[in-house]
Amino acid sequence: MAFESSEQAKSYWRENVSLMLKLLAIWFAVSFGAGILLVDVLNQIQFFGFKLGFWFAQQGSIYVFVLLIFVYVLKMNQLDRKYNVHED
Amino acid sequence: MELQTLTYLVVGLTFALYIGIAIWARAGSTKEFYVAGGGVSPLANGMATAADWMSAASFISMAGLISFMGYDGSVYLMGWTGGYVLLALCLAPYLRKFGKFTVPDFIGDRYYSQTARTVAVVCAILISFVYVAGQMRGVGVVFSRFLEVDITTGVIIGMAVVFFYAVLGGMKGITYTQVAQYCVLIFAYLVPAVFISLMITGNAIPQLGFGSTITGTETHLLDKLDGLSKELGFAEYTSGTKSMFDVFAITAALMVGTAGLPHVIVRFFTVPKVRDARISAGWALIFIMFLYTTAPAIGAFARYNMIDTINGPDQQGTLVSEKPQWIQTWEKTGLIKHEDKNGDGRMFYSGDARNEMTIDRDIMVLANPEIAKLPNWVIALVAAGAIAAALSTAAGLLLVISTSISHDLLKRNLMPNISDKAELGYARGAAAVAIMVAGYLGINPPGFVAEVVAFAFGLAAASFFPAIILGIFHKGMNKEGAIAGMLAGMVFTIGYILYFKGIFFAPMAENKPENWLFGISPEGIGTLGMLVNFVVAIVVSKITAPVPQHVQDIVEQIRYPKGAGAAVDH
Repeated sequence: MAFESSEQAKSYWRENVSLMLKLLAIWFAVSFGAGILLVDVLNQIQFFGFKLGFWFAQQGSIYVFVLLIFVYVLKMNQLDRKYNVHED
Repeated sequence: MELQTLTYLVVGLTFALYIGIAIWARAGSTKEFYVAGGGVSPLANGMATAADWMSAASFISMAGLISFMGYDGSVYLMGWTGGYVLLALCLAPYLRKFGKFTVPDFIGDRYYSQTARTVAVVCAILISFVYVAGQMRGVGVVFSRFLEVDITTGVIIGMAVVFFYAVLGGMKGITYTQVAQYCVLIFAYLVPAVFISLMITGNAIPQLGFGSTITGTETHLLDKLDGLSKELGFAEYTSGTKSMFDVFAITAALMVGTAGLPHVIVRFFTVPKVRDARISAGWALIFIMFLYTTAPAIGAFARYNMIDTINGPDQQGTLVSEKPQWIQTWEKTGLIKHEDKNGDGRMFYSGDARNEMTIDRDIMVLANPEIAKLPNWVIALVAAGAIAAALSTAAGLLLVISTSISHDLLKRNLMPNISDKAELGYARGAAAVAIMVAGYLGINPPGFVAEVVAFAFGLAAASFFPAIILGIFHKGMNKEGAIAGMLAGMVFTIGYILYFKGIFFAPMAENKPENWLFGISPEGIGTLGMLVNFVVAIVVSKITAPVPQHVQDIVEQIRYPKGAGAAVDH
């Protein structure tokens, strides 16, 4: 057992899953939300020459995806150290 | 210099580069041959993953499809990038901690069952087959254009080249070769995009030029395209024609499929640390982003230029006697046709009865620099990039197919006593058969390259993704549930695609929205297949024997990074 107690293991996993779900909520919001479900509403707004919904579908969601992964990596490395389950 | 000579020269030079790197890297270490990325920085691994990932579908076909589909093309853009978020957050770190080389290995061990492993191997082979079939068409399009032969001959030449490349082997596994391939293909993709963006909008950055005004006017490019589309009887460029639900389903199938593709997941098994598995997905997506955010810009520019050169600036049609050079050269491949229906001696392209043009969507990226009259070296460069993209992925998939059949299926399951030599023979035979089937499908394509590839993603979404997710996040998932789920998802999805697409026989129903289940097209059905898989797996697991304690302990262990050893083969 790498954790000091099974409570520690549980709370590490809980924090991990909660971070994952938060980031996945953003992931869903920019692609399925802004790019698909709300596209017609957002298309009423002009954004640097694009209709905003169209921009999210063809550009914006991709930039957000990259950010999400880097935020996840940063936060998880912190979490690993907090619970002392990091490598090396 | 003559275009054809120049193309041979550029393609030849890039090949010399890949082979040179392969020889140099192989001399350094033979382990590299198997463990791509072992000891390589996450940055280089990310670049190599990007090259592995971006195939003929991304390079050749996607921007062309977007150019014809407009907003609907977004399914490919979001689908093939969003999957990396799922991969990084939900799969890669845990699979890396698990420490096996292949997806069937994970499934077999996590579900403590040889049957589960066999089902997974069969799924992996099917997915790779469909994927490689899409690539062959793309390879064929490139060769038919640059050797100026018809598409069938192009596919056959492509088959020979890919087979040779795959049998040479190893090259694919060497990370630095793929780094070079990435550099060639991204350079080849961006250069014409920048040129064309400058020509149309005066903005050198395609991602911005795409939203700018057309030089010398106050009209935004996208508004102009919307207007032109309406005039010519197409759907508005920024709206598309697919139903919202179908767009949702296709995007989800592609995203989830990305996270379930065996040859992509494998890359994250072999990085040195769990931490590296997380960040590698991030680097890979950055490198993929450069191409994927440029593609929709290329699509819009190509659309504008194409309509402009065919219909002429006054929208009356260009005289056949003044036919642009790019149409003349592409007519030789049979992928573009003009029939003067109204006999006025002019060409006209539209979405209604006035239309006289038949244009294959897969030619747009390759034809784009020619349409914009860019210098020959740019056209030659695009050819080299397209070949790099198609070959690296096709050869990699062939290796997956042949090793899955010879090693996982025959050696470890059906014929445990065969010799190494016989195993290698079966591997070669499997590669040859795979090439033949892929070639047949390349000549008689069930759809455009990116569409066929989309089926492979649907199958991955419906088979592997739920089994892996449940394996990590649901300790109570047992072998009976996982096997039943994978089979149900796979059979449902394949059945639905064959029902509408036929492939080796006539489709059983016309492929149109009125006939589709809940209005979901065959490309998007993987999403429903995935749900079927989840439901069947959970229901079956509730009514069968619980998971043994030692397997539950393994699941506990993969949930944190500490103590990850190097990946081991069984």
